[in-house]
Amino acid sequence: MLEINQLSVEYRSRKQPPHLALDDVTLSVAPGEFVVALGASGCGKTTLLNTIAGFVAPSRGEVRLDGRPIDGPGHERGVVFQKHALMPWMNVIENVEFGLRLRKMPLDERRRIGMECLRRVGLSQVAHRPVYELSGGMQQRVGVARAIASSPQVMLLDEPLGALDAFTRESIQELLLDLWSDAQRLFFFITHDVEEALFLATRLIIMAPNPGRIVHQIELPFSRAYLANRDARATKASPAFIEMREHVLALVHETSATEEMH
Amino acid sequence: MASTHGRTLQHVDAPDPVRPPGAAQPAPARAPNKRRRNNAALPGDGETWTISAATLVVLFALWWCATHFGWIKPLFLPSPAATLDAFVSAVKGDTQGNTPLAEHVEVSVIRVLVAFVLAVVTAVPLGIAMGTSRLVRGIADPLIEFYRPLPPLAYLPLIVIWLGIDESAKITLIFLACFAPLAMSAKAGVRSVAIEQINAARSLGATRWQLLRLVVLPAALPEILTGMRIAIGFGWTTLVAAEMVAATAGLGQMVLNASNFLRTDIVIMGIVVIGVLAYCFDLLMRRVEAALTPWKGRM
Repeated sequence: MLEINQLSVEYRSRKQPPHLALDDVTLSVAPGEFVVALGASGCGKTTLLNTIAGFVAPSRGEVRLDGRPIDGPGHERGVVFQKHALMPWMNVIENVEFGLRLRKMPLDERRRIGMECLRRVGLSQVAHRPVYELSGGMQQRVGVARAIASSPQVMLLDEPLGALDAFTRESIQELLLDLWSDAQRLFFFITHDVEEALFLATRLIIMAPNPGRIVHQIELPFSRAYLANRDARATKASPAFIEMREHVLALVHETSATEEMH
Repeated sequence: MASTHGRTLQHVDAPDPVRPPGAAQPAPARAPNKRRRNNAALPGDGETWTISAATLVVLFALWWCATHFGWIKPLFLPSPAATLDAFVSAVKGDTQGNTPLAEHVEVSVIRVLVAFVLAVVTAVPLGIAMGTSRLVRGIADPLIEFYRPLPPLAYLPLIVIWLGIDESAKITLIFLACFAPLAMSAKAGVRSVAIEQINAARSLGATRWQLLRLVVLPAALPEILTGMRIAIGFGWTTLVAAEMVAATAGLGQMVLNASNFLRTDIVIMGIVVIGVLAYCFDLLMRRVEAALTPWKGRM
């Protein structure tokens, strides 16, 4: 259980007035939920993820995982970044098993787990290739495999598909849903793509900037529908999906429009 | 809108979606590869060795003409043949002091290498400490920035007064020339590590020491190796200055000694030997660079 209580994060710098990146955010997420945070840039969604990851400390309030307050990064929370996060001096399998190596797991054991994770993201055949020879989509799959290798309770994904082309995005979206349903972990995913958000989320949170806050929460059925029928196109083309897309787009435009009037 | 949907539909219907994107898919978020492609539109791309070889041939021909037709007096510019003669007799040890060229080379290479290695093992750790610690950076930055632009000849007398005229003074001078670029590049390398790489390692449970050893150090390696190339170049640059005082052998000493006797042929021969040696070391460093950091410029 992930609990965020009245969390505020303020960035202070000497040259500018303090900036309230997150203001009084309260959120409670159970294991097995797929939470997607959607919002324009500057709404604090990355700050929220970084606080859960432990990279950023709360200014006020707290984040608790299973009752214990978070006071730094830890391997029970896996993070997937948008880019630049793989280590090019290691090959694919060494990147995947890196977390296990940090915890001094013997080579044969961590190699077995690493290969299993690579198989689950569909990259077994490139295990010994250098990561810089892979395409952007394959690099992101390696990033996902590295995160799941530590069997985290929480997966934090910071716009992991933002730099990929549409086809690659769709195949990785489906991969993420499979990984999520297999392990029934808690996924927290950031995006600014409305369709991606609707397709993945069981709970969508819409955020607004200045100060960063949650303005809407919506429960969504589409990811579970996809896992039942395995037809992404039919799910995304269904009238209910299109109607919800227009509704969410209206909400997003509304929040950013009121923002511009300030 | 409808047509877009139609096209996407075909793709998704095709194979198993969990399969990795194959070669048919474009590689999207990857930086263009600047090194290997000749057809890439970057200005200045492509191999240069034919042009470089032609330049050398033309230069050599000009040198030969200038001396052969008497445009320049041999005192100022000896002919290629005379320079080659000087080289041959130097190899035989047929010069002032009767020291064979091989010994001059050996003494100089040892001086440069010893100073360079000492600089690597001290400056790289210091540079990494400067990159990771505010305290160390605060202390070392002004000191290095102060002495770095000073000409070695300016502080050579001081070093001779402090250390005497034996080998330690010569090595110290070359060491100081190598030290600053190495420390600077190690510091810059540490500062260039992507925050995502640091955060990724921290979220996987890396301790501070693991972070330094397994992430920061390898990520800084490309910059450190560039610094090593620059540093060994500075080492060769300082060699003649280092061998100015009380040296009995060494390429710098050989050139200085020959200039006292207006043996321009030996001076030019010595310069060419130093240049070729330094170039060979640079080629070696490039091989090391390519072997240790093959991802450089590709990630």
